[in-house]
Amino acid sequence: MMLLIVLSGFLFSALTRPIGSIFKQALPWVFTALPVLLFIYFCSQIGVVSSGDSLTWTYKWVPSLGLDLVFELNGLSLLFALLITGIGSLVFFYSTYYLKGHAYMDRFYGYLSMFMASMLGVVLSDNLLALFIFWELTSISSFFLIGFNNEDPKSRKSALTALSITGLGGLVLLGGIILLSSIGGTYSFSELLSQRNSILSSSSYCWILVFVFIGSFTKSAQFPFHFWLPGAMKAPTPVSTYLHSATMVKAGIFLLAKMTPLLGGTPAWNHTLMIVGGITMVYAAIHSLFRVDLKGILAYSTISALGILVFLIGVGTEKALLAVGIFILTHALYKAALFLITGIIDYQTGSRDVSQLKGLQHVMKPVAIAGFIAALSSAGFPLFLGFLSKEIMYEATFKYAEIGILLTAAIVLTKIFLLVAGFWAGISPFTGELPENLKATKKPSPILWVPPLLLGVGSVLFGVFPALIEQSLIQPVFANISGLDTSIYLALWHGFNTVLLLSILTLIIGTAIYFQWKPSEGKFARTLRFEKISPQTLLEGFAVGFHTFAGVWTRAVQNGYLRNYVLSILAFLTVIMGYRFYEGVSIYLDWNQLSEITPSEVIVVTLMVISIIFAIVSTSRTASIVALGVVGFANCLFFLFYSAPDLAMTQFSIDTLTVLLFMLVLFKLPKNKIFSSKRIRIRDAVLSVLFGLLIAILTLEVFEEPSVTDISKYYADNAYLLAKGRNVVNVILVDYRGMDTLVETTVLIIAAIGVFSLIKLNLNPSKEQ
Amino acid sequence: MKSLIFRTASIYLLPLLLLFSIFILLRGHYLPGGGFVGGLMAGVAFLIHSFAFGLKETRNIIKINPGFLMPIGLTICVLAALAPWIVSLPLMTGLWFEEPFKFVGMVGSALFFDIGVYLVVVGSTLIIMFTIADTV
Repeated sequence: MMLLIVLSGFLFSALTRPIGSIFKQALPWVFTALPVLLFIYFCSQIGVVSSGDSLTWTYKWVPSLGLDLVFELNGLSLLFALLITGIGSLVFFYSTYYLKGHAYMDRFYGYLSMFMASMLGVVLSDNLLALFIFWELTSISSFFLIGFNNEDPKSRKSALTALSITGLGGLVLLGGIILLSSIGGTYSFSELLSQRNSILSSSSYCWILVFVFIGSFTKSAQFPFHFWLPGAMKAPTPVSTYLHSATMVKAGIFLLAKMTPLLGGTPAWNHTLMIVGGITMVYAAIHSLFRVDLKGILAYSTISALGILVFLIGVGTEKALLAVGIFILTHALYKAALFLITGIIDYQTGSRDVSQLKGLQHVMKPVAIAGFIAALSSAGFPLFLGFLSKEIMYEATFKYAEIGILLTAAIVLTKIFLLVAGFWAGISPFTGELPENLKATKKPSPILWVPPLLLGVGSVLFGVFPALIEQSLIQPVFANISGLDTSIYLALWHGFNTVLLLSILTLIIGTAIYFQWKPSEGKFARTLRFEKISPQTLLEGFAVGFHTFAGVWTRAVQNGYLRNYVLSILAFLTVIMGYRFYEGVSIYLDWNQLSEITPSEVIVVTLMVISIIFAIVSTSRTASIVALGVVGFANCLFFLFYSAPDLAMTQFSIDTLTVLLFMLVLFKLPKNKIFSSKRIRIRDAVLSVLFGLLIAILTLEVFEEPSVTDISKYYADNAYLLAKGRNVVNVILVDYRGMDTLVETTVLIIAAIGVFSLIKLNLNPSKEQ
Repeated sequence: MKSLIFRTASIYLLPLLLLFSIFILLRGHYLPGGGFVGGLMAGVAFLIHSFAFGLKETRNIIKINPGFLMPIGLTICVLAALAPWIVSLPLMTGLWFEEPFKFVGMVGSALFFDIGVYLVVVGSTLIIMFTIADTV
């Protein structure tokens, strides 16, 4: 059942082509049905999960790797699954109109449902290895969606940046997962939970933390990896709504929340998260004030909100973890609404410039209502869901030990700025006089304004009646993150206290700033001055530098001259072996053990030496090649003397072939000339003599090791019994190690094709003309 | 090469060497030899012929593009490896006919495997040789 639910998105995206070609018109609606059905299914599970149970489905996938598809539906994953499918339904629905008539409509829905499936996989997987796979799949589908307008080079660049940052983070996360499993002996998260103590006390705990943090921070756009998120705003607005505010960027938060009962509760965990989250939330909140593009404002306020979540997980008290649960829901509801509204404004007016948009409430009333609700919820006005989460947040930081004041100050500051940003996005475009050039704006279709309004209804409904979500949704989430069974309680009224005072202060100061501070191009331009030291510039500079270094290195080492390759390989081996022998070498030669030297061997060795010398000094190319052939044949004779007829035979054929091929090529070349200077020749001579010497020593040293004859004896004894062959060498080739031979023949074919294409296809661009 | 002796000799060498290479291939399971060496020898045989009469003549004798020998050989290898599957034995298990064949001796899946190797080696040697010889 659950397998089908998670994979249905992949199934749908695979069916995009056939469905798309048959029902061109109905395709968006067919796809919209999927998240709606899933949402209904997950809603029906609320009852079971809120009673404290968790449902588990197990499917074997690759048991030998410990990789099984184990899906667990508990409080945390249910909240996320509801967000993914719920907001997914709205976004799928919204896009049916937003992208109407777009050439890549089918593709869009394919990517989107692929993303939804991978995201469900991330939140539902109990097996960490499977979680990693789904995690990477979300990065990949996000890459396609950001680069959806593939004719735009900026779009492509943003997609690539996002992919490389999140992909890199994912890779690091894999390292953390592997470390975890090497300590716990399993990839199953629920089994690891029971080994918390051994993991905390292990020496690699620190590394696990680093890896998991980098994985989460890149995905959730934390400082200094945050810059891919504003770039990702190049995607169509429904995508930004879905991936880059409501769901995918929260995968990092999800991971941290999931890991809290396993890895959390230590100073290293809490302090790092508090610092990184704190920096991110303040930094991004300030940044959001300087943007004029509505989507830019929303992007930075999203980063800031993600920072708040990381920060709260870092604070880690009961109240803070409770705030995490509520704020995830709150933020998803109001931020998705704001994004959808921005999309509507963009669609209807063709502008996203906040300093130009005014008085749109006269032309799009329902959108304005949704905008006001979202902005007020984001600001945390009473009776909105944002109020609840803000109260709990302030309470959590205020009561945090000695530095409570400092933390509270940071979060109040962030909240004030976010309030301003929220007002800019949700209120500013709708109030004031409607400028002349916007008078002609048409009323948007209900398909566009119903989704943000529904989200607004959610914000108000849960804000007025927190009991609706208290026990059913938030309690199990809290239990999952904190690992405690303390009963939680959400109230609208906490009495007159400092927290309420702070809350009122936030509203007053924020509103005051909103009326005083007008975003403008000038202010935005001033922030660009600091671009030089921004993490983005630094990282991109690093990437460019790396690229340049790689270029220089490749040109130095891979310069295309065979002689240089051979030289560097031999020099490297010589140095390695020389170092090895420098450490000390034990050669012991027992003359009695050696077999007697026969006259024929003496003759062959003499022949070899003479032909080597001849090959070096000869001025005729043909003579040199023939001399080298003689060396090869002499070698074969040695194989024969020491009873290896198969080897000798093969060597004979190979040598003949080599000499003939050489002749074929060199026959046609002009007369032999000496191109190398004397110095180079001496250098080569020294190197080759040295290399030969070291190899000789190595060979002698090998004799010191007692030889293992078990395997060869087994082969020899069983060749006829098992494989009906008397020639052991051949039996090894075609039977014992037949699979190797099969692969080797394939390699041979690849080599032949390689030679053919290198020479015939003439891929060198400079030679094309 | 214009040498009359070499030319005359190579006319007789080609069939002899080819026969010899097949002989080497067939005896491989019991005595020194096998598909790989056999294939190399066949390659040498054609190479000698092309030295004497030029590449064009050799191509005419072979008729087909030697590149085709590679996939054919590989297919035979894979089939020989897969054959035991049909009788539900593990892959690459040797299957043998009960009675020896005339001239050839015992025939089994290993022999077919070796024939596959032989064809691949002949094919790739000739492809490499022809390509290089073509360009110079």
